[in-house]
Amino acid sequence: MVSEQLVDLSRLQFAATAMYHFLFVPLTIGMVWMLVIMESVYVMTGKTIYKDMTRFWGKLFGINFALGVTTGITLEFQFGTNWAYYSHYVGDIFGAPLAIEGLMAFFLESTFIGLFFFGWDRLSRQQHLLVTILMAVGTNLSALWILIANGWMQNPVGSEFSYETMRMELTDFWAVVFNPVAQGKFVHTVSAGYVTGAMFVLSISAWYLLRGRDVEFAKRSFRIAAAFGFASICSVIVLGDESGYALGEAQQTKLAAMEAMWETEPAPASFNVIAVPNEAEMKNDFAIHIPWVMGLIGTRSLDKELPGLNQIYALNRERVKVGVEAVKLLEALRKSPQDAALREAFDRVKDDLGFGLLLKKYAASMDDVTPELIDRAARDTLPKVTPLFWTFRIMVALGFAMLALFGLALWYSIKGDFAQRPWLLRWALWFLPMPWISCEMGWFVAEYGRQPWTIYGVLPTHLSVSTLTVNSLYGSLAGFVGFYTLLLIVEMYLMVKFARQGPGSLGTGRYLNETHHAHA
Amino acid sequence: MIFDYPTFKIIWWLLVGVLLVGFAIMDGHDMGVGTLLPFVGRNDEERRVVINTVGPHWDGNQVWFITGGGAIFAAWPIVYATAFSGFYWAMLAVLWALFFRPVGFDYRSKIHNATWRSTWDWGLFIGGAVPPLIFGVAFGNLLQGVPFHFDDTLVPYYTGSFWGLLNPFALLAGVVSTAMITFHGAIYLAHRTEGDIQRRATTAALIFGVLMLVGFTAAGLWIANGSFGYAITSVLDTAALPNPLAKTVELQPGAWLANYDKAPLTMLVPALAYAGGLAALLLVWKGRTLAAFVASSFAIIGVIGTAGVSMFPFVMPSSTVPGASLTVWDAVSSHRTLGIMFWATVIFMPIIVAYTSWAYSVMAGKVTAAYIRENEHSAY
Repeated sequence: MVSEQLVDLSRLQFAATAMYHFLFVPLTIGMVWMLVIMESVYVMTGKTIYKDMTRFWGKLFGINFALGVTTGITLEFQFGTNWAYYSHYVGDIFGAPLAIEGLMAFFLESTFIGLFFFGWDRLSRQQHLLVTILMAVGTNLSALWILIANGWMQNPVGSEFSYETMRMELTDFWAVVFNPVAQGKFVHTVSAGYVTGAMFVLSISAWYLLRGRDVEFAKRSFRIAAAFGFASICSVIVLGDESGYALGEAQQTKLAAMEAMWETEPAPASFNVIAVPNEAEMKNDFAIHIPWVMGLIGTRSLDKELPGLNQIYALNRERVKVGVEAVKLLEALRKSPQDAALREAFDRVKDDLGFGLLLKKYAASMDDVTPELIDRAARDTLPKVTPLFWTFRIMVALGFAMLALFGLALWYSIKGDFAQRPWLLRWALWFLPMPWISCEMGWFVAEYGRQPWTIYGVLPTHLSVSTLTVNSLYGSLAGFVGFYTLLLIVEMYLMVKFARQGPGSLGTGRYLNETHHAHA
Repeated sequence: MIFDYPTFKIIWWLLVGVLLVGFAIMDGHDMGVGTLLPFVGRNDEERRVVINTVGPHWDGNQVWFITGGGAIFAAWPIVYATAFSGFYWAMLAVLWALFFRPVGFDYRSKIHNATWRSTWDWGLFIGGAVPPLIFGVAFGNLLQGVPFHFDDTLVPYYTGSFWGLLNPFALLAGVVSTAMITFHGAIYLAHRTEGDIQRRATTAALIFGVLMLVGFTAAGLWIANGSFGYAITSVLDTAALPNPLAKTVELQPGAWLANYDKAPLTMLVPALAYAGGLAALLLVWKGRTLAAFVASSFAIIGVIGTAGVSMFPFVMPSSTVPGASLTVWDAVSSHRTLGIMFWATVIFMPIIVAYTSWAYSVMAGKVTAAYIRENEHSAY
């Protein structure tokens, strides 16, 4: 029997390693396009400063990229090492986008990143630009396939359960690819990466300008970052709203939880700006509403209702009851697979199989299920409201604050006097961590909000883990914490060192802080 | 669907083989270079030369590994689930060893400090030597059978320990694997360098090439006379929906040689290991390094192919509950998924080979001390 502690530790390890990986990914996704823009300007104008910009920001990009690669391998290993039953149960669908990501995207990105760094003297300008573009395309396609895989966990389309093989099987590949949740997530996530890349360049350039050093280099970098960042943050917000709409269709539970909507309101529902959720009594102790707004975001209409958590709970309670029957029928069917009557009965209830599996956490056999256990399983289908409600609001608030920053940065870039506005430069500098915080919050909302499922409505998290010992998990978790702490210190040290040194680190003789070492 | 289910099952056994061999040839040569780094590079400049022979390529090569893992996940999900969770500490050791590569390559030469650089050099050594060793040990255990079983909902349970993996035959397989990868890496290094480094790399190639062939022979004799080998004893329906619990299997010492009796042509596979290995030794000794690299690539096909052909149709035999063994017939994805993944591989693999070749041709030529000095700030 799988212990709760094993499940909690497996979740903790996955969450920690995924969130850590996601410190590096958004910057990579955004920086590649900044590099494409800078190098395109170089190829079009022939001005060396744009080549230096590409190479200097590329150097910082490379320091970040190394850790993105390092920590990405962990994630691919971890489905197998720690989530073995998950891998068996959904590998028929989930494995394909991961493998295609490798074939179509990761090879492209990783092969051309080598030529990006080492091919400057061996390729023509146009060829090198093409290499940079292919690297950027690979990076973004990589995000596409990963989010198709993740989108399927959130909204498992194009597949059905097979009692013969005891797993989910693919029925429609293109439904998985064009899953609206996946597509919405993809554009929202890559745009968030673009914002991260833009903020990185904007902040560091602002710092150079505040110090009055490498001014021409910094001004040009700042302007590109301001324009790219403004377009990206608009896209994040609009497409984030689009994601909200897709969720309204596919995952009403998560939407209700992140909005602290306990009761179903008459359409169009109001939006809770601030609330103090009371999980035990399933209501808000306090809330400030804006009428209509939630209904508009979630349904794009004035007359469709969004279900509140209490109503979802009641519905899910019925589904758990049916699920108990589904599990019993499945067990019978596994013993006599040829029985047509059993098969027909199972087919009628198999959509609720996952809800029955929720009870495996509490009862070894479906014969031991009591109404109290059904209540508990149904209550489990509602994620905790407070963390989701607040992380979502932090993400959105930071998003709007960044919209203001990029808007002003672009406005003064067009006017041409941003370098004389220290308040703007300081704002840009202090906002450096904000995209990372928002990205992590967004990731948390998406994944924590999916609980108690690994595959929404299909496979409970509790059943997904590998049958390892708790001690193995303590050991591996300690190893990851140790390695990742060390790597983060090294990475930050190099990043700060080269950001401080600035374009002088290229050794071209054109900038401040040039370094020349005696050759051995 | 272009092929029926049994045909696709065979094709996917071949494609997983292609990806593993691709990984061993491509990522293998830069792992071999990493293993040799602290020994063939005697000072900082020499070590930078060694590192920069693979500098522009290691990252793309590593994707063979990632894609191989992804393809096993997609085509043989229950193998991916059972092997990765069963070999938990071994897989973590591979993973943590691989951590040293991206950071080692990218960060090493960014700081002028002897301790810093030599620390990363040993990190690259670990990242180069540990994964082939552990993969060899893993294959050695697969050949003997691994202690695992399933419950009736197909939850895998592994009942062995990490230390149990380190038995004598598995360690021998680990030596064969490490020697093969180091041999291959040494030949690559000899091809891309000159002078002292080239001379040391050539010596290393001769040593590890012989070690590979001796170890391979010893492992073969052990298999022929040893106490392991498995055979399916129930009637086989290759078109059936995959269910690893529907057959009976028994331990039959010597069964790993049965395929060579049934289809004598398959003996060409181990023959290729010898032919490729011997040719590579001769060619690298003569200084014909590019031809030697091609020959050692064939040797890799032969060695990995021999393990595959010997075990066919087994992929992961169970030593404790042989009936639960995972085979080519009953550990696979659905017909539809195998078909889609087939097309994805057939379309993208030639494109990957094409642009990888272009990347190598752009960076072709000897890496020299002069190159390092000219690119002081941008080379690794």
